[in-house]
Amino acid sequence: MPGSNHYDTIVVGGGHNGLTCAAYLAKAGKRVVVLERRHVLGGAAVSEEVFPGFTYSVCSYVVSLLRPWIIRDLELARFGLELIPLESSFLPLPDGDSLCRWSDGARTRDEVSRFSPRDAETLAEFSRAMGRIGRFVRPIIDAPAPEPMSLKPADLIGLLRLGRHFQDAPVDEMELRLKLLTMSAVDFLDEWFESDVLKAPMSVSGIIGTFLGVRSPGTAYVLLHHYMGEIDGAFRSWGFSRGGTGGVSNAIAASARHFGAEIRTEAPVQRIALRGGAACGVVLESGEEITAGEVVSGCDPRLTFQRFVGEEHLPDDFVAAIRRYRFRGSSGKVNLALDALPEFACRPGAEHLRGDIAIAPSIDALERAYDEAKYGTFSSRPYINIVLPSLVDPTVAPAGKHVMSCFVQYAPYEITGGAARWPEEREAFGDAVVDTIAEYVPNIRDLILHRQVITPWDLEQEFGLSEGNIFHGELTLDQLAFARPANGWARYRTPIRGLWLAGSGAHPGGGIMGSPGALCAREMLGRRAR
Amino acid sequence: MPRPTPFHPRTRELCTSLSYKEWAGYHAVCRFDVYHDREYYALRNQATVMDATPLYKLDVRGPNALDLVNRVAVRGFDRHAVGRVSYVVWCDDAGKVLDDGTITRLAEDHFRVTSAEPALGWFQRNARGLDVTLRDCTDRIGALALQGPLARDVLHALAGSAFDDLRFFRARTEAIRLGTSSVPLLVTRTGYTGDLGFELWIENEHALALYDALLEAGKPYGLLPMGLDALDVSRVEAGFLLAGVDYTSARHALIERQTSSPFELSFDWMVQLDREPFVGQAALRRELERGVSKRFVGLEVDWNDFEAIYESFRLVPHLETATCRLGVPLYRGGRQIGYATSRTWSPLLKRYLALATVDASCAGLGTELEIEVTCEYERHRARARVTETPFFDPERKKA
Ligand SMILES: Cc1cc2nc3c(=O)[nH]c(=O)nc-3n(C[C@H](O)[C@H](O)[C@H](O)COP(=O)(O)OP(=O)(O)OC[C@H]3O[C@@H](n4cnc5c(N)ncnc54)[C@H](O)[C@@H]3O)c2cc1C
Repeated sequence: MPGSNHYDTIVVGGGHNGLTCAAYLAKAGKRVVVLERRHVLGGAAVSEEVFPGFTYSVCSYVVSLLRPWIIRDLELARFGLELIPLESSFLPLPDGDSLCRWSDGARTRDEVSRFSPRDAETLAEFSRAMGRIGRFVRPIIDAPAPEPMSLKPADLIGLLRLGRHFQDAPVDEMELRLKLLTMSAVDFLDEWFESDVLKAPMSVSGIIGTFLGVRSPGTAYVLLHHYMGEIDGAFRSWGFSRGGTGGVSNAIAASARHFGAEIRTEAPVQRIALRGGAACGVVLESGEEITAGEVVSGCDPRLTFQRFVGEEHLPDDFVAAIRRYRFRGSSGKVNLALDALPEFACRPGAEHLRGDIAIAPSIDALERAYDEAKYGTFSSRPYINIVLPSLVDPTVAPAGKHVMSCFVQYAPYEITGGAARWPEEREAFGDAVVDTIAEYVPNIRDLILHRQVITPWDLEQEFGLSEGNIFHGELTLDQLAFARPANGWARYRTPIRGLWLAGSGAHPGGGIMGSPGALCAREMLGRRAR
Repeated sequence: MPRPTPFHPRTRELCTSLSYKEWAGYHAVCRFDVYHDREYYALRNQATVMDATPLYKLDVRGPNALDLVNRVAVRGFDRHAVGRVSYVVWCDDAGKVLDDGTITRLAEDHFRVTSAEPALGWFQRNARGLDVTLRDCTDRIGALALQGPLARDVLHALAGSAFDDLRFFRARTEAIRLGTSSVPLLVTRTGYTGDLGFELWIENEHALALYDALLEAGKPYGLLPMGLDALDVSRVEAGFLLAGVDYTSARHALIERQTSSPFELSFDWMVQLDREPFVGQAALRRELERGVSKRFVGLEVDWNDFEAIYESFRLVPHLETATCRLGVPLYRGGRQIGYATSRTWSPLLKRYLALATVDASCAGLGTELEIEVTCEYERHRARARVTETPFFDPERKKA
């Protein structure tokens, strides 16, 4: 019976995608409830005051692909979203040299010229080429994936659209795109640049969140993501969210509430209830039952299908596909509260610290870090992406103090002896990260007031990210578009009637983007309307 | 050639972009770096300090000081206690606006007028028969605008608790320590950014000491020097009009249609008609009887329309990050009904904003208009909607 415990839609998981989906549904007049397991909203886009006075972006730390149309539709600026652009990309080098790339093109050219005048000249050409391709790729992340298996007219039109974009491109650009799809990040960059100092920090965007090395084939195309980011309606790459990346989730939640959605925290879902093969509600771990016409999962495909639904309720080929779907988490995070601003020995001062800082001394060093991980240990000298958001956002640390966010790769989920050994290795992993940073910031240890170390195991146990994969499954080509999360099920629908997938395990994938959530809601509403 | 302000020796060192323009006869920094983004974000998240010295400053003193400001300004000052600041415009006899600025009551018989243009002559002309002394102190007093959410913290770090409780649009003078000397500092809780903020007024000889002390005090708070470009974005977000851009002073207008009355600038709230005579009063009364013909409004440009125009050229929408002061026509029902004078993309609000003058019949909130958009040298139109100003109005501004 529809009563107070009956909803049009239940959204399982208060990550930013689940919240986005809920906001769109509520805006369309649906009675919606979001159920989040943790005490805070946001999932992997979350801010927490772990140490008094210091707010960490515990997991994700920069925003790039959050769709501008979602910001407008949900009026996120009005509900507190504020993005502050990153100003630079700094690369300290072990030999005491360094490279900083600035938003000021002329200044970047000067910096790169010190290493290679030719590369300095090529850089602008490269950005333009990538920017053009990024523009053609953009429609793909703003619409549901085409289903090549289907003959429905709508899908054919979608395919044609992509095809047309493709055909319009000049021949050299088509070739460029094919290369992007197949090559390794390093091979691709080798075709453009000669300097390792430039290529090393650029290549790492190809490996974020995947268990591959910068020389592994198929890692090139992720480079594109760096040229697709738009934080201002215009193309501009990366930004901080004021108050941490939880600021994004909180703004979406405020918008969802404004449109009438109900949001509950500390409400872990145990399973999705089925009646006659269709989803009809959820059962919480507390035993509480909530019924609904439809259920949306904002959790990853493994949690959704293997845990909440149960393989026995799903078709065999689908079960096989979900089992094949790769997670293989390979990243960790170290968050530091600092007593003062760190000083890099190779370049004192703070001006170059207002963007991101890459510890990526050479391509060989990156590849070595991968090698260690292949054989079951975390990298002793990992790739680290550091940001100091407190330099531009005073809400995350007391005046004069700082938070230092360190994204670390590789930290393989499967370490020797099994993933459950991670808690024993946690502090050693944290030490490896601090030791690596200390090679560039000699006094870093004296500045640390508090340290939070997050391993892939923690990402799984605390954040519900299976095998600690930061994107709900690797963003490799075979797991994207119509193949995400399984061939034929890329349209947010699932083999269970009334159950939808709205998290990063759906097209177009991971990152603080909002598209899976928004596009899922559109599909749900569109179907009803017809 | 423009003159340096008393802060110039410091700002010159900081302004690595060498990007200056002339402001009321002074050198003024447009942006310190090649882009003004950093300054803008510091303004909205931390704090910034801007050299506002070129604002004209006029001291009105004497037994009839109150009578003079009452006679010139469109609002009366009888009930304005010492320490109160007011935003105000003044008109010519035809009721057309000459300038806008602030008037601060520093003592019973002492007012300080700030303005975009020199005001001494106009006040003098209207002082016949009044016992007042007028003195332009623009060249004697340096001004710094300290603005942003952490402005109060920075001021506290500079001056202790002296100004902690200073309320919105209030002024106070306190002695502060600068090095070894004790120096009187006038602080007003005012600004042109729509944010929490203060303006600091100091005798030239102490200007550099103040600047140094302020930057030092602001260090832990991320205080940055700011130039006019970032200011121009923030003032549009705040809905503030700019003389010479959004309206033409009656002093410079060549034909009548170039002038604006206070009502046409949508300053109805400011005009107090029922009091002793003031300059322009009769004309303003007549205008009200006739009906106001145009209005100053805020607009939001429809982003989807804007994007579609660029998309038709297979381009990504492109906007200057600075405020564009090139006027463009506005239409409704195929007919031109006004013009937009300042347009800016608000990085904070993620909206494309404009300040505009439109026929009074099109000024209602929510009215849909069309704005001219030029893309690839072709003229197009995008929808725009009349929107409430300030576009950005944080609680902290008045808190
Ligand atoms: C360490 C790290 C760094 C990253 N860095 C970046 C970055 O800098 N930029 C970027 O764009 N992306 C980054 N990402 C990726 C990005 O954060 C994620 O792709 C995105 O936030 C996922 O959002 P989501 O809503 O799809 O899923 P999630 O955020 O995973 O949301 C799922 C939600 O479901 C909840 N849940 C789990 N189990 C249950 C249950 N039983 N009952 C109820 N609720 C449950 C979880 O608590 C969670 O809140 C990073 C991710 C990680 C982990």
